[in-house]
Parts: sequence; C-alpha cells; structure tokens
Amino acid sequence: MRLIKFLLVGIVFGIVMAKSEAFSWYRIQEMFRFQAFHMYGIIGIAVVLGVIGVALIKKTGLRDFAGNPILFHPKDKSYARYLVGGTIFGLGWALSGACPGSIVVNIGYGYLTFLIVFAFALLGTFFYALIKDKLPH
Amino acid sequence: MIEFVTQPWSWWFSGIVIVSIMFLLLYFGQSFGFSSNLRTICSIAGAGKVNKFFDFNWKSQLWNLVFLVGAIVGGFIAKQFLSNGEPVQISEATIQTLSQYGFAAPQGAQPNEIFSWQSALTLKGFLVLALGGFMVGFGARYAGGCTSGHAISGLSDLQIPSLVAVIGFFAGGLLMTHVLYPLIF
Repeated sequence: MRLIKFLLVGIVFGIVMAKSEAFSWYRIQEMFRFQAFHMYGIIGIAVVLGVIGVALIKKTGLRDFAGNPILFHPKDKSYARYLVGGTIFGLGWALSGACPGSIVVNIGYGYLTFLIVFAFALLGTFFYALIKDKLPH
Repeated sequence: MIEFVTQPWSWWFSGIVIVSIMFLLLYFGQSFGFSSNLRTICSIAGAGKVNKFFDFNWKSQLWNLVFLVGAIVGGFIAKQFLSNGEPVQISEATIQTLSQYGFAAPQGAQPNEIFSWQSALTLKGFLVLALGGFMVGFGARYAGGCTSGHAISGLSDLQIPSLVAVIGFFAGGLLMTHVLYPLIF
C-alpha cells in the first residue's frame, strides 16, 4: 500500500508525457530547432512554479506526509561532470528523441523499439560506472 | 471533457501537471529524478558484483521503480483511452525542415523512419537507437541526473550545478541536431 501512491503518480507522469507530446522525437526536434514555444513553455512554467514552491517550502518549513522535514540536497560543486556529462546526455536526447522518462512512456505507448534504447541506456549507465574513476568530475 | 482529455494538452497545463508531480514526490518524502532507475535496475541485475557503484541498498529506490512501472502504464492508458489518433501537432516549419532529411510528415507520435522495426533492424537504424540510448544512460549518470532531476528538480531549487547540466543538455542537443544530423540522415 505504501507504494501504491508512487504507482499513481507514475501513471499521471506517463499520461502527461504522452498527452503533452513531450515524449515525441518530433517535439524534441522542434525544440532544438527553435521552431515552437511548446517545449519551452512546458519546462518554463514547471520551473517558474517549481522555484516559487520550493522557496515557499523552505520558508514555511513545510513537512512531508510523514511529518519529516522536506530536505533539498545540494549537488556537488563542480563543473566538469555537469558540462561534459550533460553534453553527452544532450547528444543522446536529440538522437533518440527521448530522455529516460520518455523512453519508458514510449514503451507503454506501444513503440516497442524503445526497448532497444532502454537496454542501451542501461549499458551506458553500466559503462559509466566502469570508467568513472578515470573521468573528470 | 472527453475532448479536453483526448486532444493534445496545452503547454501550460502540461507544465503545471509535471511540477505537481515533483511536489507530490517531495510531499511523499522522495525527490523527482528518473534516471536513478537505470542504476537501480543494473544493481538488481547483479552489477554490484562487478562494480561497487551498483553495490547499494536498491530497496530504498523501490518507490522510484514503482513510479517507472506507473509511467509505462500511463503511456499505455494515454494511447488506449486518451488519444484521438491524430499525429503530433508540430509546427509547419519543423515538418518542412525534417522533410529535407527524408522524414515524412508525422503520422503518429514517432517517425517510422527511426522507430519502426523495419528501420530499427537495419544497421544504421539500430546504431541510432543504440547510440542514442547509450549516451542518454551514460550522460545522465555522469551528469548526476536527467531532465527531471536537473531541469525540473534542480532548477526549482536554484542549483547552479543543475543549470550547468541543463546548458550541457542543450549544447549536446544543438550539436546533434544542427551539426551531426546532416551527416547521419
């Protein structure tokens, strides 16, 4: 039962990724070609409301459903891993038209060739771990 | 109501739903970051025996895997019950540009030229899917997060590292779209 709520939120996530068309390769192409406002609008309004909401949570000290404080974990302060890792991610995002979330939504939607994308995303994660000590972070 | 649900959702409604998901996960004591699931699945598959990066208590991430299952179910529901069968509503300009690379106007959510089994099982088609997925998985873990973890959760918390990561996402995306696509397609 404890986990059911995450299933429900996940279902909403899958539906919104599909219904917003953000899971479509076409929409990602349109975004990287600056030919429509759609994707920028989605991410933009989410971030604006997110910034306001997170600031309010911090200011009011709102607690989660179990009564624990809501904590935000600052990321490690560095640049190399975010810039280089981010750029590699972006190359893959534009090539496959999918981020990790939209890969699985596509599988549910019936585009089963995304199973190949998903399998290689797992391989990519595994390969990162193998060479991570040699990479600048 | 039916029409409102079955037509594509507006950017503002979609953005509000996505940020609501982030806040719900915070309220449930977790945080929105999808690509962690890739690491978790490697761990469950036994990668911890090979590499200590995967040797962690993945059961603490069970909630996120359940979220992933939900996302698959959500995609299925969207297709079966909430779709009007129309192709994606991309701009005419994008349709024109993509036609120069040999892509027909959209007939569904994804181009057959890449995602049909017919093209996925050619050498080039397979490499596009495989390399795309590999770079997404590798890059997300290297950068410590993907679109949800950095662009939504991280930027909402005004994290400079997340801003750097998002700049990287766009640098890579623009490079692929404007420099490498003409060589690939």
